[in-house]
Amino acid sequence: MSGNEAIARGAYECGVRFAVGYPGTPSTEIMEAFARYPGVYAEWSPNEKVAMEVGIGAALAGAKAMVVMKHVGVNVAADPLFTVSYTGTNGALVVITADDPSMHSSQNEQDNRNYARFAKIPMLEPADSEEAKRFIKLAFEQSEKFDTPVFLRSTTRVSHSKSLVTLEKPSVSDDRTAVRFDTEKFVMVPMNARKRRLVVEKRLQDLKFFAESFPDNRMEINRSDVGIITAGLSYHYAKEVFPDYSYLKLGMVYPLPVKLIRKFARQVRKIYVIEELDPFLEEQIRAMGIKVTGKEIFPYTGEFDPGVIEEAISGGKSLKTLPDIPIPPRPPNLCPGCPHRGLFYVLGKLKIFVNGDIGCYTLSFMKPLEGLHSCICMGASIGMAHGMSKALGERGKGKVVGVIGDSTFLHSGITPMLNMAYNRSDAVIVICDNRTTAMTGMQEHPATGFTLQGEKTVEVDIAALVKSLGIQSVRVIDPYDLKSVRAVLKEELARSGPSVVISRRACILFKREKLPRRKPFTIDPEKCIGCRLCLGIGCPPIAWRTASNGPDGRVTRSEKKNRKGVAFIHRDLCAGCGLCAQLCKSGAITEERE
Amino acid sequence: MRHVKGILLAGVGGQGIILASDILCRVFISAGLDVKKSEVHGMAQRGGCVTSHVRFGKTVHSPLAKKKDVDILVAFEKMETIRYLDYVMDGGAVIINMEEIYPPAVNLGEFPYPDDITETVRRSFPDFQLVDAAKQAIRAGNIRTVNTVLLGALSCFLNLSLKLWDKALADSFPAKLIGVNREAFRLGRGAVQL
Repeated sequence: MSGNEAIARGAYECGVRFAVGYPGTPSTEIMEAFARYPGVYAEWSPNEKVAMEVGIGAALAGAKAMVVMKHVGVNVAADPLFTVSYTGTNGALVVITADDPSMHSSQNEQDNRNYARFAKIPMLEPADSEEAKRFIKLAFEQSEKFDTPVFLRSTTRVSHSKSLVTLEKPSVSDDRTAVRFDTEKFVMVPMNARKRRLVVEKRLQDLKFFAESFPDNRMEINRSDVGIITAGLSYHYAKEVFPDYSYLKLGMVYPLPVKLIRKFARQVRKIYVIEELDPFLEEQIRAMGIKVTGKEIFPYTGEFDPGVIEEAISGGKSLKTLPDIPIPPRPPNLCPGCPHRGLFYVLGKLKIFVNGDIGCYTLSFMKPLEGLHSCICMGASIGMAHGMSKALGERGKGKVVGVIGDSTFLHSGITPMLNMAYNRSDAVIVICDNRTTAMTGMQEHPATGFTLQGEKTVEVDIAALVKSLGIQSVRVIDPYDLKSVRAVLKEELARSGPSVVISRRACILFKREKLPRRKPFTIDPEKCIGCRLCLGIGCPPIAWRTASNGPDGRVTRSEKKNRKGVAFIHRDLCAGCGLCAQLCKSGAITEERE
Repeated sequence: MRHVKGILLAGVGGQGIILASDILCRVFISAGLDVKKSEVHGMAQRGGCVTSHVRFGKTVHSPLAKKKDVDILVAFEKMETIRYLDYVMDGGAVIINMEEIYPPAVNLGEFPYPDDITETVRRSFPDFQLVDAAKQAIRAGNIRTVNTVLLGALSCFLNLSLKLWDKALADSFPAKLIGVNREAFRLGRGAVQL
């Protein structure tokens, strides 16, 4: 079972029947797995802030609520989070934050343990799937016992690694939901909040006391010369390479068990603190006056593995280096037939600044498309395009575009678009509507017409929504039609005032809206003039063939005519979108005949 | 003595690596071993590199292997062999699928597809296995069984009962695909020269 599946299972086993989240790697599968259990309510909210608020509402009504997001999602949800720390939870509220050391699929590498200290909320951190299942239960227990939201922190390697898990019988907790009033506790105006502020500090003291005897803060005393203080998966990495050292493995990373740490420190001579990313444990332990070795030898950046830890402690073992031959990188790429490709090909040629956003289309910043020039966070493209256009004034006319996906637009693009209309922007926004949340694996959202649990629901009309915000010019294009994409974009760039172009075509991998398979295209090597225009769309099946670089090494007549080479299409990979044929000036690219 | 062994499956998004490593885990679990595996999802699905570490033994701590600590590398794509070769321990086994999938830089003609891959591997791992998995998959009746062909090849290096493999295959595919995958597995075993 993966760590994510184990979190879902653990929640279900301990009677949680309410979960809410927004998809984001590496957290997505928690909600997907939870939603499949019988008798649960699970939803995708449009964004993490809404998800947090939905969870708070459920908890205030007495439910055990789980709120799930990736690390940067907590930034979006931070506003309600910091104040629910004051009100407490009534029922139970556990927030899952899935961090992404090494940024496998994220725009930053923030260490969300800092949120625990910042918001004064306890945090548990499992090291594998078995612990993930057990710790989610402990998190709910703590939430109920201390009337506090509790964090469970995972990382990509915990979420996406699989290990053995013992299943237990799911328990059904009594339904304790009811409408209860407690305005002093739940109305956070200053006079009430000041009282709750004191409760928060008292609770933190209670939690510190609790942490001392929390069984998953555990010592393993072996050799007395070296002790390792660690948490999460780093524990297993270290155990792998240094099985004989003594360990203090912290299951609860905030607040810390001060006495237990002192006790451990007395039993070993040299202490290493092993943690990925920030020196979160290290700085607190140093502040206790305990001498430890940490970030002076371990990296601040990137995820660890057993090799990183071994090298830092034992010094680099000289590995026999292998004969090195240069190999080209293999970055992720837009799929063959991806609807984003045509749009970004045109954007890349227009000599405009394209403010990008979070989604598959972010990949179009790369060669050869080069059709996207910024990416900060979910929803940023619209506000940035507006700000850029205002700052540039006349010089920015027809030069500033923002692009955003359908799910991302509904996540956090609506408010900045309202701002564009309100403050009379000149920017053009393109909504790349591929009918799903493609990048995280086809999750539903408010414009797909279905909920997470597969029920039919209202489907928001994106064009009507945009118009209702005050944008008067709204046009819809098909990104497979290069000519009209170019024409419409040029017209909208020339227009003054804000305008929105909806580039609509379903993701090529989206099964529900899949069109009949198209015939693959083929390039006639006799007609190909070797101009390389078709290579400019960066489509994976289209490759350049010189005499020495062909699948069969065959030299065609074209090459004999002094051309440097010809393009060809791997027919098995071609999705038949026909973009390349629209670019070919010599008519060499045609749909394959039967 | 090493108590934990490691296998690294490496290739390109869409080649069925994740499913192959799931099947591999089923085999180890049914053999009564502890097993952990780790891979990267997300962006890697869009034609980027995909790797899956599978580690097994009495008690497994880390789901990731350090460099020079993998017993068997199965490269689903020829060039990817080189990218992960430094994970393989001295005397380890290397299985290479001869399929070449061009990354963007090669498609654009900016970078040649390296042509001395097998020679490079030979220098450090003279007993490597080169498998034409696509050919065997087509023989088995479905080009999409390339991953099962490679599992068949891998099975020759693991001393595990064929019954366990067969059960894992049967448990991993819908009924109509079990037959073709059994055949692909068998052909994969036949493709290895020991």
